[in-house]
Amino acid sequence: MNNRGNIFERINKNTRTNLITIGIIILAYMVFQIMIVTGNLTNLMQGLLVPLCYYSILAISLNLTVGILGELSLGHAGFMCVGAFTGAFFSNSMVDIIHNTFLRFSLAIITGAIFAALFGTLIGVVVLRLRGDYLAIVTLAFGEIIKNVINVLYIGFDSRGFHISMKDSVSLNLLGDGKVILNGAKGITGTPNDTTFTVSVILLIAIYLIITNLIHSRSGRAIMAIRDNRIAAESVGIDITKFKLLAFTLSASMAGIAGVLYSHNISSLMATPKNFGYNMSIMILVFVVLGGIGNIRGSIIAAVLLTLLPEYLRFMNDYRMLIYAIVLIIMMIFNWNPACIAWRKSHPIQRLLRTKIKKEA
Amino acid sequence: MAMLSVTNLGISFGGLRAVYSFNITIEKGELYGLIGPNGAGKTTAFNLLTGVYKPDCGRILLDDVNITGLSTIEINKMGIARTFQNIRLFKELSVLDNVKIGLHNHFRYSTASGILRLPAYFKTEKLMNDTALDILKVFGLDKEADTLSSNLPYGKQRKLEIARALATNPKLLLLDEPAAGMNPAETAELMETITLIREKYQVTILLIEHDMKLVAGICEKIFVLNFGQELANGLPGDVLNNPEVIKAYLGE
Repeated sequence: MNNRGNIFERINKNTRTNLITIGIIILAYMVFQIMIVTGNLTNLMQGLLVPLCYYSILAISLNLTVGILGELSLGHAGFMCVGAFTGAFFSNSMVDIIHNTFLRFSLAIITGAIFAALFGTLIGVVVLRLRGDYLAIVTLAFGEIIKNVINVLYIGFDSRGFHISMKDSVSLNLLGDGKVILNGAKGITGTPNDTTFTVSVILLIAIYLIITNLIHSRSGRAIMAIRDNRIAAESVGIDITKFKLLAFTLSASMAGIAGVLYSHNISSLMATPKNFGYNMSIMILVFVVLGGIGNIRGSIIAAVLLTLLPEYLRFMNDYRMLIYAIVLIIMMIFNWNPACIAWRKSHPIQRLLRTKIKKEA
Repeated sequence: MAMLSVTNLGISFGGLRAVYSFNITIEKGELYGLIGPNGAGKTTAFNLLTGVYKPDCGRILLDDVNITGLSTIEINKMGIARTFQNIRLFKELSVLDNVKIGLHNHFRYSTASGILRLPAYFKTEKLMNDTALDILKVFGLDKEADTLSSNLPYGKQRKLEIARALATNPKLLLLDEPAAGMNPAETAELMETITLIREKYQVTILLIEHDMKLVAGICEKIFVLNFGQELANGLPGDVLNNPEVIKAYLGE
């Protein structure tokens, strides 16, 4: 037995972590699917399944910037906003042309990702020269600017092509066959509801794999080297700007994908302070910090718990946010307090599992 | 032909001339010591050579190529690697990963093959692992390859920094106080390691050190810097007995 070892112990530690995480996600997916089929899932919970996925995607993509690259970004909702609007815009203009839902939705996701990445690169080129607080301020401003620009943007198309205005929908001068797609503060309505729980879970797993694979590759090591010690990274010949930009762009494009999932899950998409504002960026950051900075699996767990919690506390209206805040504090202590870390290490579930496996073998 | 030839290098900070009229010629394979009292400008000289500071005047030639004013990254690619006086490891990464980051520019595969786990990833990663472990073995750190680098004892952290610098396959290795904070046994071991890597990797070394036992023990030539300027330069026997040098170090 010693030569062969347990198959679980022989595989690489990183692969093992990945397998466990993906296993948990798939298991949760199957449980929810069975509950939907047997009618055991409440309407509230059914409505939360897709949000759980895109919040998780937002959390792990921000963790790439905050935890792996080590830069504080407060404009993550801005990239989500770019992805949501470009994706919804694409689907809306193509709804009569591409009838295959799968193809249209895939292209919408790619569109959202590319545009968010584009904005990520543009912002990154300027902003990544700054460090620490300055970066946080500029990304924060970006998130607010994007939201406000979209609120005054009118785009429509007719047989002559696309028309853009920043005044109102009348000044688009559309012909009779024209259609206003982005209607300023009223946003985009009538986006096909293409997002399904299955697609969201698949994308979550794909993005999880992309990030973890990146971390354990040459580029990921370069990014973490910059985080740990920029001067030393330069001294061994690592191109700081290139790898910072890579991480930032990748993180932005994934937020864009989450945005596409969001916009195809609701009937009317508007850029409000509630969905794409400062609070949203902070909430994603809370997921990352509480899940553990640099801990990808932790981000998913935190995103899921902290999305479900306020919903399930709705019955105690007045105390809801109070309890939410207390839970945040408790999670923080449990995650970071040295005594708690020591306690966790002495009672790990993993060790219990391992001894059990050994006994059975 | 000299490997490194520095002429008339100088830099000022405000009104302070930190280093000036700095001339040094290092032949291939030499082990040069750079000494001087605190604040003499030794580390500043290192920072000039590695592009951390842009010199106000002067010229640096590495194998007859002018590298004056290039960025730190380019200079490392040209073949100068360094360690730091205050250790700068990648603290959250393992010992092995620290060395693999040193190998960054020598073993390449695209980000996409890393993310998609294409064959190039597995092939190159294996090569990187083997090369990194070989380097760690020279420093006796191969047993600790998976340890977090910040969990290493102090002496081993210093060694890991040298290992990481060596991984970039330099022609010239600059060591900034490699024995600082080490006990005599550790210093003796370090001297052996430095001699060993010189032979094994055919690398030319310039080192800053205050431990005169180490300097006199392994350096073939010594350059003394005082108040940013050359005080003496030559064979250890001559330099260390030079009354000017003794005066600079011990006072009158």
